[in-house]
Amino acid sequence: MNSLNPTAMPPIQSKGTEAVTEELALVQAAKRGDISAFEQLVKRYDRNVFRIAQHITQNREDAEDVVQDAFLKAYQNLESFQEQSKFYTWLVRIAVNEALMRLRKRRTAKTVSIDEDVQTEDDAIPREIADWSPNPEQLYDQSELKDILGKTIKGLPPTFRTVFVLRDVEGLSTEETAEALDLSVPAVKSRLLRARLQLRDRLSKYFGKKSSRSNQP
Amino acid sequence: MKCSQFLQELTDYLDGVIDDKTRAELEDHLHWCRNCYVVVSTTKQTIEIYRDSKLYEIPDDLRSRLHSAIMSKCAAHKKNPEKKA
Repeated sequence: MNSLNPTAMPPIQSKGTEAVTEELALVQAAKRGDISAFEQLVKRYDRNVFRIAQHITQNREDAEDVVQDAFLKAYQNLESFQEQSKFYTWLVRIAVNEALMRLRKRRTAKTVSIDEDVQTEDDAIPREIADWSPNPEQLYDQSELKDILGKTIKGLPPTFRTVFVLRDVEGLSTEETAEALDLSVPAVKSRLLRARLQLRDRLSKYFGKKSSRSNQP
Repeated sequence: MKCSQFLQELTDYLDGVIDDKTRAELEDHLHWCRNCYVVVSTTKQTIEIYRDSKLYEIPDDLRSRLHSAIMSKCAAHKKNPEKKA
């Protein structure tokens, strides 16, 4: 019946063995006091940490603080890093904790922005079944698309968008995501499913076949 | 297979971590269920569009500023390890 076969996506590949070995050598050098080795780690991962922080906090100023504090904490606590997991996973765990802490602080006096596409339903039952055609890239220019994607992910509960950004944007494995968030693998899978379906549902309002630029939500 | 059962397996299916028997059952369901077919296709696009969007890329000038701030704090800590942030 269906001409297009939506086959499974190739699994997201974790970093190769060579990269992990190189990372470990930098960590060990930094532990011995080589600050330039730590600087290499900063250069390697600052973009990732910023993306994670911005996805979680949804605030530029907080994201900047998270990047600084996460790397500083990692440096200060390098001795306690046991090298049984990847340095990056350990760093992500620090960054996520910092980001969630800042989000909680900000939310104590939070007013919901009208620009925030708030998600109130907690179920994962798809409601928008329209196919996406033409492609979103054909419907919107880059700047409009980024605006839609930003508004949409902002509407997800922080726990869902955290799992989504680690797993689907940053490419951590399910096990690494579980380790970074101190969650079980089934809990990560459950949150990831809900995050993916809620995002899909929300985006369908913009990208679904029936929508048009003159009929945006 | 019911659509609700299909959805329970969706994450493993999209991530390619599913056994052959379950995959065959899911693909059989997809063959006749238009709704699940659309959900799979658009969920896959959702993941791809976020992955490729470069939504929160750090600008070069900010990256450089943060880099200097981080390394300066690390150097201060190296000089005086007792004082933590």
